Amino acid sequence: MRRSRTPAELVRAEPAPAHTIDFDGRPVPALPGQTIAAALWADGVLAWRTTRVGGKPRGAFCGIGACFDCLATVDGRPNQRTCLLPAEPGTTVTTQEGHGRADLDV
Amino acid sequence: MSHSQRLPDVVVVGAGVVGAACAYYAARAGLAVDVVDRGPVAGGTTGAGEGNLLVSDKEPGPELDLALYSTGLWRELSDEFGAAVEYEAKGGLVVAGTPARQEALRAFAAAQAEVGVTAEEIPGERLNELEPHLAPGLAGGFHYPQDAQVQPALAAAHLLRAARLAGARLHLGEAVRAVRLGSDGAVRGVETERRRLDAPAVVNAAGTWGGELAALAGVGLPVLPRRGFVLVTEPLPRIVRHKVYAADYVADVASGSAALQTSAVVEGTPGGPVLIGASRERVGFDRTLSVEVLHRLAAQAAALFPVLAGVNVMRAYRGFRPYLPDHLPAIGADPRVSGLYHACGHEGAGIGLAPATGLLIAQQLVGKEPDLGLAPFRPDRFPAEDAA
Repeated sequence: MRRSRTPAELVRAEPAPAHTIDFDGRPVPALPGQTIAAALWADGVLAWRTTRVGGKPRGAFCGIGACFDCLATVDGRPNQRTCLLPAEPGTTVTTQEGHGRADLDV
Repeated sequence: MSHSQRLPDVVVVGAGVVGAACAYYAARAGLAVDVVDRGPVAGGTTGAGEGNLLVSDKEPGPELDLALYSTGLWRELSDEFGAAVEYEAKGGLVVAGTPARQEALRAFAAAQAEVGVTAEEIPGERLNELEPHLAPGLAGGFHYPQDAQVQPALAAAHLLRAARLAGARLHLGEAVRAVRLGSDGAVRGVETERRRLDAPAVVNAAGTWGGELAALAGVGLPVLPRRGFVLVTEPLPRIVRHKVYAADYVADVASGSAALQTSAVVEGTPGGPVLIGASRERVGFDRTLSVEVLHRLAAQAAALFPVLAGVNVMRAYRGFRPYLPDHLPAIGADPRVSGLYHACGHEGAGIGLAPATGLLIAQQLVGKEPDLGLAPFRPDRFPAEDAA
């Protein structure tokens, strides 16, 4: 029988039951302790931001807080590194367009 | 003689924006130029600046004459390099918190107008037309349309690229160990860690380290480092349109004090981040991050633009302005050593003053009368005890 090779399997994690976060208006399951980026990836979402100049899709790249590629608007705050923020029950994640600060434009 | 074997007419020491401008104009004047730097292009003060091309902060005198001349040269260069160096003729806006400050700005602008600086008084209630995010309640300000901005590292790199297309050679990552003098005391060239460059002329464009290079040639030049920090915000829409600064900045620039001075200088960039300066303190080459300075810069900027209180600062950097005791650069031939030229000590104005400096040096190198009198910038103007 082929063994599962997910990270949770590899470390023999026994997480508590999943809860949900909100991603662009729909529920996404998340495990306790998971980061937002991990929860989105596990749900098959690979991009949650567009670049400022070309509007290209971006998601997790380094996954360890160094590269700032995985930014999104979290609970209304733009430019949050989703690979560092825990996916807590009720967290609201919104796809960020460009710098995410269009509200400041004049 | 093949190109690789040709002897240079001039060695420029320093690949910052001033050295790059010297190389650019000298190469364009037909001289064979070699540029040497112990680090990379724009590795010193140039890479740590904001790219200010300012006339607004200068009182009438030799530096303002140089700035006005250089502003015109930057406009010409922008035709050649344009967007590649992020040149923006954005204009400056100096703001006053109180009527007394506004009156001081009015007198300052009136004196500047006599030598060709354009400034328009903006009453307090109209400031928002120029800068919608500016804090309410300011007494007024002055708009200086001649102020502009470039990205300084790009400016240095493109000037050097153009100089190389005109035949200049670039030697990076090798420090000058000696300035070679002949038995007659005249310059014969330099020795770097890797090579000997024979040349009848050497230009000291070593910026904050210009005093050390002068010492290698046996002369004193009292260049001192004046530290400054810049805060860089996350990328934002264009919430700051001009170069905006508080009236106190002019007094801070002109001060000779070694103690910490900070005044808000805020500007947007084509890349998105807002740059926040400016601090001045004389602490040698200490690179320690100063929380107090960063705190003061952030608080002052947020007082000017309250919207900044809610945005993130991504990083801060610091640099060392090359400071001479009378706040004027050293430009031109050194009467003490034949063949030695200085182009350093521009303090915080080196990006703006670089083209004028480079062109005037190139004119001297080819034996022309410089377009602007260089007497105020004489490198031997300091008493020997200052230079020691």
